[in-house]
Amino acid sequence: MKKKKTYIIFIRSLLFFLLFFCPKLNAQEQTTNTFEYAEENQQCLKCHGHKYYNYFNTWIEKMVRERMNPYFVIDSAEFYQSNHRNFSCVDCHSSDYRKFPHSGELRMEPRAGCMDCHGGDETYAKFNFEQIDEEFRNSVHFSKYSDEFTCWMCHNPHSYKTSARNNENLQKTIEYDNNICLSCHADISEYQLLTTLENPNILETHDWLPNQVLHFKNVRCIECHTQISNNVLVAHNVQPKEKAVKLCTECHSQNSILKETLYKYQKEISGKFEFSQREDFPHLIGGNRIYLLNLVSIIIFLITLGGVGIHIILRLINKST
Amino acid sequence: MSEKLYLYPQWVRVWHGLNAILCLVLLLTGLSLQYSDESYIFLLRFDIAVNLHSICGVLLSINYFFFIIGNWIRPNGRYYRVQFKGFLSTVVKQMKYYAFGMFKGEPAPFPITKESKFNPLQKLSYIIIMYLMFPIVTLTGWILMYPDFMRTEVFGSENIHAIQFVDLIHLIVGYIISLFMIIHIYFCTLGKTALSNFKSMINGWHEPH
Repeated sequence: MKKKKTYIIFIRSLLFFLLFFCPKLNAQEQTTNTFEYAEENQQCLKCHGHKYYNYFNTWIEKMVRERMNPYFVIDSAEFYQSNHRNFSCVDCHSSDYRKFPHSGELRMEPRAGCMDCHGGDETYAKFNFEQIDEEFRNSVHFSKYSDEFTCWMCHNPHSYKTSARNNENLQKTIEYDNNICLSCHADISEYQLLTTLENPNILETHDWLPNQVLHFKNVRCIECHTQISNNVLVAHNVQPKEKAVKLCTECHSQNSILKETLYKYQKEISGKFEFSQREDFPHLIGGNRIYLLNLVSIIIFLITLGGVGIHIILRLINKST
Repeated sequence: MSEKLYLYPQWVRVWHGLNAILCLVLLLTGLSLQYSDESYIFLLRFDIAVNLHSICGVLLSINYFFFIIGNWIRPNGRYYRVQFKGFLSTVVKQMKYYAFGMFKGEPAPFPITKESKFNPLQKLSYIIIMYLMFPIVTLTGWILMYPDFMRTEVFGSENIHAIQFVDLIHLIVGYIISLFMIIHIYFCTLGKTALSNFKSMINGWHEPH
């Protein structure tokens, strides 16, 4: 009897341990292992991760609380979900930033570009950064604003994450990618960083588009505003507005350009892409054609016409006799 | 020779005329949307087809509403009432007449009278088209005009996209109505002369054989 009681206590204790300690141990392991430079980066993020920062002012000999320049605030949650989450801040920024207060000269430090790391590296060969760079240099963004317009204008290095290759939720990819365009084209303060032009009202410039909201929700800006690229997944050659796709049937047809843009990744991984075979994709008028239904409808139509034709012939024969 | 019968009152003729025009435009624009590829040059431009299809769809719904009200409050509705007992055998009888009897010179089994405007086959097809197919095609059409308000899943399955499901129904029912139109127009040539039934739908008077 006593032995049985000890056994029950042991089992209960084991369950208690598994329930309460193991998940925590596991979680702890994840947070420390996932982000290699989390501890080091925390030295930066303790100030740059917040709207306010505190420091000891040696002149007046007391702690001071200051507002952080909002453009220098890094959302640590976004950073640790981004493509660059396993980077140390000083991988891209000068190691002199480790010293506080930061030297004023550091503001002039040249910023690393995408190609500084991604160019010529076989690890990133599938992204074809060289072609992306070439397309970008042919784009209206680069040709009009030259060196002022860098990759960072669209791809915030502290938060950017690839979304087109994540085919699990296409709607999120569309929203994410469109927000990149809208971050300037729907925000005058960002837009006029490069130009004195008036920021056009996107709703007004697209008022010709039927079902505007539906289009904005279901396709990305780049579907119509870039030149299709065969070698890169997301085309970067942004075209002048005059060259934007305006012909409905470019998308609304069986040979829809969306197969080479929005659904390119799905086409790449499955080898072939047909709208009618993808029940999980939004409906596309003109694109969703079911072969079997087409065939059956044509056969029934011909039988009907045939029946009418035979009836007419019989009437004519009957009339003549 | 039998007397002419006034079978088609003015409101029925106006409704029927509008219905015919709208259905033809909807058929043409619907085909233009479905077969939108550049190679089908005989069809309308996509953006024109979209707008025309939507406008005509709304007008067709309004016209259908008047048809329902008209048949409800006017005597025309009685022609659509069916005596279920033995109805199917009368339909078969009428079909046999169209297939064989009329070529042998047999008299029509259900001649048109003031009390019975439609033969059983007409009655059955008109009821199916007007009271089953039309509500489905107009309802699905309205849903397709406002797809944002739709649920994204059908029958609890996220794999069947609701909009595709609704569109498929709209397409099939539209196709059935189009087939009906072809047969309906052809059967209208079976009047006293090939054009007499068409004239009837303009002046309201039916010319018996």
